[in-house]
Amino acid sequence: MPEPIIDIRALSLAYGEGESRNVVLESLDLAVARGEVLVIVGESGVGKSTLLRVLMGLSRPSGGSVAVHARPDCRTPMAMVFQDARLLPWRRVIDNVAFGLEGSGLSRGQRRERARAMLALVGLSDLAGRWPHQLSGGQRQRVAIARALAVEPDVLLMDEPFSALDSFTREGLQDELQRITAETGKTVLFVTHDIDEAVTIADRVVVIAGPPGRIAAEVRIDLPRPRLRRDATLQDIARQLRAELSRRSAEL
Amino acid sequence: MQLIRSTALAAAGLLAFLVLWEAVPRLGLVNPAFLPPPSTIPAAFLREIELGVWLTAVLSSLSHYVAGLCAGAGAGIALGLVSGMSRGFEAFTAWVVRLLRPIPGLAWVPFAIIWFGVEPSAAVFIIAVGVFWIVFFATQGAVRGVDRDLVEVAQAFGFRGPLQRLVKILLPAATPGILVGLRTALGQAWMAVVAAEIFGVPGVGQRMMQASSLLSTDIVVVYMLTMAGLYGLFDSAFVALQGWLLRWRA
Repeated sequence: MPEPIIDIRALSLAYGEGESRNVVLESLDLAVARGEVLVIVGESGVGKSTLLRVLMGLSRPSGGSVAVHARPDCRTPMAMVFQDARLLPWRRVIDNVAFGLEGSGLSRGQRRERARAMLALVGLSDLAGRWPHQLSGGQRQRVAIARALAVEPDVLLMDEPFSALDSFTREGLQDELQRITAETGKTVLFVTHDIDEAVTIADRVVVIAGPPGRIAAEVRIDLPRPRLRRDATLQDIARQLRAELSRRSAEL
Repeated sequence: MQLIRSTALAAAGLLAFLVLWEAVPRLGLVNPAFLPPPSTIPAAFLREIELGVWLTAVLSSLSHYVAGLCAGAGAGIALGLVSGMSRGFEAFTAWVVRLLRPIPGLAWVPFAIIWFGVEPSAAVFIIAVGVFWIVFFATQGAVRGVDRDLVEVAQAFGFRGPLQRLVKILLPAATPGILVGLRTALGQAWMAVVAAEIFGVPGVGQRMMQASSLLSTDIVVVYMLTMAGLYGLFDSAFVALQGWLLRWRA
């Protein structure tokens, strides 16, 4: 692998002391290549989301190191898309997308221009003037993706971003994400508990088992895109991953 | 249809109220000097206007009202924000707040007069004290109740300082709660206006006391209705402003 954009070594994270000590992640190593779509799967509570939070600086690890090799001119190396879109309800769609650009030195006009381009990328140009409460769940999540892309991050961190959506909308957004990553070449770190989702969008799937969370298995998926969900090879890989996950949870 | 019906009922109710009010003194059930019939009110109102007293009293009261409201609300919002954001500040002030909060605004009248004299600033002070607590608690509670997930969004996009947290998230998110407090304060401040002016600061309250000592009860009623009208006006304007500020809500 060329120099990874994210290099996580011996990462540990624990809460509390003594008896009530809760080890969420233990001695986890993970490297993500530039431009790679890496999907992390695992059951609830194995520290998948915690891993993203550590990368984002929202949680502090108790041991190990995290190195991010972003472009030197990159102001915000990483941007996050949360499970619940978390739009700011008092801002119109366009101003939500422009949120992360405030303080970047861009003028208001430039920020809006950039926000408009991002809305076009996620196919929501017509909704720029709406309030968040006027959007559907899927639209909200697209706005959240546009907001994250607007700051031109090197890495997009996505924490179960489609899990609250109905399956029809979810599949639409998975396709959309594949198109966007192909167009922008972004590195994506995507957390999900949905194996079909993982194999559809991933270049590489990493299974985290626990607790405490450790890497249990890893599969590279070199199939061309756009991928058909009924593709036999894809379903084969999904079956293997499922077997791996249930074997791991049986061991624990 | 429903609207017409309820409007008609409301008008009928008001009419019945006025008829009853008119009848009681006219039939000699109560001395008209103690309860002036409503038909005498317009004439009394015109007299007050012609004398130029009405406008002077209203303007003077309004200036106390607006100044007291701004001072009390401004201090209440500022300290409420700090107290809502900082557990340390809240703990530090907890007992002082417990000590001062139960003291009614009117209990400050002696000090208001000692500190400011029988001057407009005394009325402003009394009004501001009453408004302060309402707005302070509303603001503190609203800031405390802001969704932590939204604060995290600001952090995730690099806005990590307390000032940025305040401007980007806490203040806009707390606005609905702060506005509820302000609207309550709007009514509370009116009560304080009369109370403060009864002690002699020129304004509507003072004029009412003068009139009642001369048993000109029709004039007292003129000012009672004036205050009802002004309060209605302010409250409607505030509700309109509130609706516009919170147009982002479903």
